[in-house]
Amino acid sequence: MPGPVYRAEPAAHRRHIALDTLDLIYHRTSGITHVVAEPVPQILAALEQGQADVTEIVRRLAATHELNRGEAEPVIAARLLELEVAGLVARA
Amino acid sequence: MKHHFDVRIGPVGFRIGSAWRRPVTELATLYAGYPGPDGGIADFTVRLEPERPWRRWLRPSIAIRGDFTLPDAAPLSLAHGLLAAEMGMNLQMALGQRRFLLLHASAVERDGRALLMTGHSGAGKSTLAALLGERGWRFMGDEFALLEPDTGLLHAFPRLVSLKNGAIAQMESEAAAERFGPRLGATPKGDIRHMRPNPRAIAEMGVPARPALILFPRYGFEAADRPMGASEVFVRLTQASTNYVALGEAGFDALSTLVRRVPARAVDYPDTATALGMVEMLWAELAG
Repeated sequence: MPGPVYRAEPAAHRRHIALDTLDLIYHRTSGITHVVAEPVPQILAALEQGQADVTEIVRRLAATHELNRGEAEPVIAARLLELEVAGLVARA
Repeated sequence: MKHHFDVRIGPVGFRIGSAWRRPVTELATLYAGYPGPDGGIADFTVRLEPERPWRRWLRPSIAIRGDFTLPDAAPLSLAHGLLAAEMGMNLQMALGQRRFLLLHASAVERDGRALLMTGHSGAGKSTLAALLGERGWRFMGDEFALLEPDTGLLHAFPRLVSLKNGAIAQMESEAAAERFGPRLGATPKGDIRHMRPNPRAIAEMGVPARPALILFPRYGFEAADRPMGASEVFVRLTQASTNYVALGEAGFDALSTLVRRVPARAVDYPDTATALGMVEMLWAELAG
């Protein structure tokens, strides 16, 4: 069974500032500041190419990052669930 | 109200109304030399009222009210009227200030650049700022530092210094007796004595400064300092701000810019003499 397809909140609804080890994402819609670590900024960047399921997101990430796809999928899936709760991604 | 006192502290004007004369007289004495609100119009109002009508005379008990009120705040005795006024002013700032990002921090200035110190209660930020203010720095405030989102400048808020417990004797040996208010015993925060900042702090309170160093002091440990990353500083300062969320994107911009531009150190110290030396050393090293 195919997994859920996600889309990111439009980039215009977010402010993203990379600090040292963590990044800040200000969500204009909710007014909430999220302090996030890798791979969250990378997931949001990958979704800027359009909506995608976990497999497709990992394929996009693998194009620019060295990763084991089999190991990466459950990690990315878990982060997507968190991002969905935070309101930064939604199921398409 | 029957009695009132108007004052401007940094860029913020207050009107303190009181059902009793005593707190207003004490405020006028301690805030001698401070200007009134710009144009005579206060930004915030504090009212010191009897908790119940008869409590104006019978075992007088002060309820702190104003533009913004905490519904379950415990009333204070009339002897603690000065403390009630200060708490009321802090409360208006904490709940109502929208022009500046409010940081629960002390601040001092040298050569147009500001040193911010923040930390938990008892960390020593207030005492250190008060001492530095007597030793060549300009005292900008011991409770709130006001960061202006548009400019990134820090505005002074040099209200009375609220000295607690051991810090009282320390400052009594540094400053003239006429700058001190009555010693308030057995308050919810222990013994408190208010001290008026020195004339320079009052005369220059309208002059903002550019933040140049942020310190997170911690009293009671062996002397040590460690660099802090921007993200750690960001998280600590959101916790130290009462209005970060209320300011929305302006607050995000102001704080994220501050933590990227200004170096920060966590500083442990065993005594104030050591702390003052560490401040001077870190300032020379980092605030250039």
